[in-house]
Amino acid sequence: MNATTKPRLKTSAMIASIASEGQRVKAAPFGHALVELARQRPEIVGLTADLAKYTDLHLFAQACPERFFQMGMAEQLLMASAGGMAKEGFVPFATTYAVFGTRRAFDFVHQVIAEENLNVKMCCALPGLTTGYGPSHQAAEDLALVRAIPGMTIVDPCDALDTEQAVPAIAAHKGPVYMRLLRGNVPLVLDEYDYKFELGKAKMLRDGRDVLVISSGILTMRALEVAKALQADSVDVGVLHVPTIKPLDTATIIAEASRSGRLVVVAENHTVIGGLGEAVATALLTAGITPPFRQIALPDAFLDAGALPTLHDRYGISTEAMIQTIKGWLG
Amino acid sequence: METCDTATHARIAEHAYRIRRYALQMGEVQGQGYVGQALGYADVLATAYCHAMNFKPEDPEWEGRDRFLLSHGHYAIAHYAALIEAGILPEEELETYGSDDSRLPMSGMATYTPGMEISGGSLGQGLPIAVGIALGLRLKGNPAFVYNSMSDGELDEGSTWEAALGAAHHGLANLICLVDINNQQADGPSSKVMGFEPLADKWAAFGWHVQRVNGNDLPAVIAAFDAARQLPDARPRVILVDTLMGKGVPFLETREKNHFIRVDPPEWQQAIEILDQAQGAAR
Repeated sequence: MNATTKPRLKTSAMIASIASEGQRVKAAPFGHALVELARQRPEIVGLTADLAKYTDLHLFAQACPERFFQMGMAEQLLMASAGGMAKEGFVPFATTYAVFGTRRAFDFVHQVIAEENLNVKMCCALPGLTTGYGPSHQAAEDLALVRAIPGMTIVDPCDALDTEQAVPAIAAHKGPVYMRLLRGNVPLVLDEYDYKFELGKAKMLRDGRDVLVISSGILTMRALEVAKALQADSVDVGVLHVPTIKPLDTATIIAEASRSGRLVVVAENHTVIGGLGEAVATALLTAGITPPFRQIALPDAFLDAGALPTLHDRYGISTEAMIQTIKGWLG
Repeated sequence: METCDTATHARIAEHAYRIRRYALQMGEVQGQGYVGQALGYADVLATAYCHAMNFKPEDPEWEGRDRFLLSHGHYAIAHYAALIEAGILPEEELETYGSDDSRLPMSGMATYTPGMEISGGSLGQGLPIAVGIALGLRLKGNPAFVYNSMSDGELDEGSTWEAALGAAHHGLANLICLVDINNQQADGPSSKVMGFEPLADKWAAFGWHVQRVNGNDLPAVIAAFDAARQLPDARPRVILVDTLMGKGVPFLETREKNHFIRVDPPEWQQAIEILDQAQGAAR
């Protein structure tokens, strides 16, 4: 399509869902999974900072009103009081947007929750670049921030299946968890693959001789689309999905990246600084593995406002942009 | 306000004297510390640990205990003294205060010390944690109280007021906040750093039951604790205590006030002797 004939997209495009037109979706996988789990586990409580409706926690609030706590638009209180409830033996799921859960409440996550290894599950929506509202709402650096906290477990799910399977897994894990939350109508992709979410495990979704994409979150979904598209050009792309960013499954990553002759591309919905790309690079260099290595990630910049499809193209994380980038690297 | 009986007063005064004495002993170990604050706050801590609170010294994590959160972790020297007096920490351990591998670090941390409920010191965190604990206790049907102990400097922190709103919104009658008003912050008198008066009005406007007492007037402090615990009211309670840094040691009471009160090496023992003489005379 010629750029000049493209309709000018509005910021509202893809605001309710990151799914593209016609894509299979599942509604509120986090909310439904949490309600299901809460039926079996009475110690699960839900807290939010005026964002229940926008993090799918309203489903839990309706199902378990006596275990739902509205903390108002006060993220420091949200994180600290979740820590207090964890000290009393509960398993709090605290929801807000990723920018507020990390940037605004950082010291409360660090000192109240992590320093005492409290059993709080922070589930934060709009991770990376999943809103066109500009830097106030774009958590391009959320993973870098929480990765620096000792003892933090970090999950970046790809789709609805990943999300609903991750909920019981993070609840079963004892200790603090930061999970990037996909809300609303969430794409359903991984049911086409022989895949099951396991905390701390990276999984090969498809093998490929020419390129190994190591990815997390929604960029795994994109990487799978890239792989299908590049098949037509006889480029064989493997995809290693890494839903747990910390602790990192370095054994699987090193084993896959050690296979010779493949370009290794780490793809993440996050700034180039401090996320999966740097984590993988450190793991490989430390192990003495030095394949050709590239990053697909957001630039170290305050990102533009606008429509998400436009921004994903602009910053190189749309499927089409990734295809062109990888083709360029292959020469 | 009712005042306590003479025997209760005398008993708590004896505890407060020993808390002051332990704090001075720990101060001498390090040659410094928040001893001015400890002396000023000893009457409040004695009332909390030796009159108001339920706990089992031999089982600091007993489910039925009242929780005491030291938000101002810098006051650890005072809190350790109270934990020793309460029988939760052994007296012998005070000589390790602030040393390598001690269970008594300079700033209080839950992961180091029995009886220390939270890691304080990043100021403004105790009250929002207390909100979560109070919600948790209520959800479990546990009748224990949670006390959050904080400094007047923490009134500057936005999170304190987030929590004040939240506690009132959720009707946390099992939450008692203690604010030590010694009017001294790192950069000077609180009124110069960030004025907070009229303080009682502020808390009342946020929906709290408010008492303000002289924190070194023991019968008044005891009565305030009793009232806070017995109040048949769905509001959270705050006790604002005005205290005098260095209380009980006249040469420290009148010394120029700073975040740290300067104490010269021979003065630690002199201060302890003054406390001993005053308590001997009171007996």
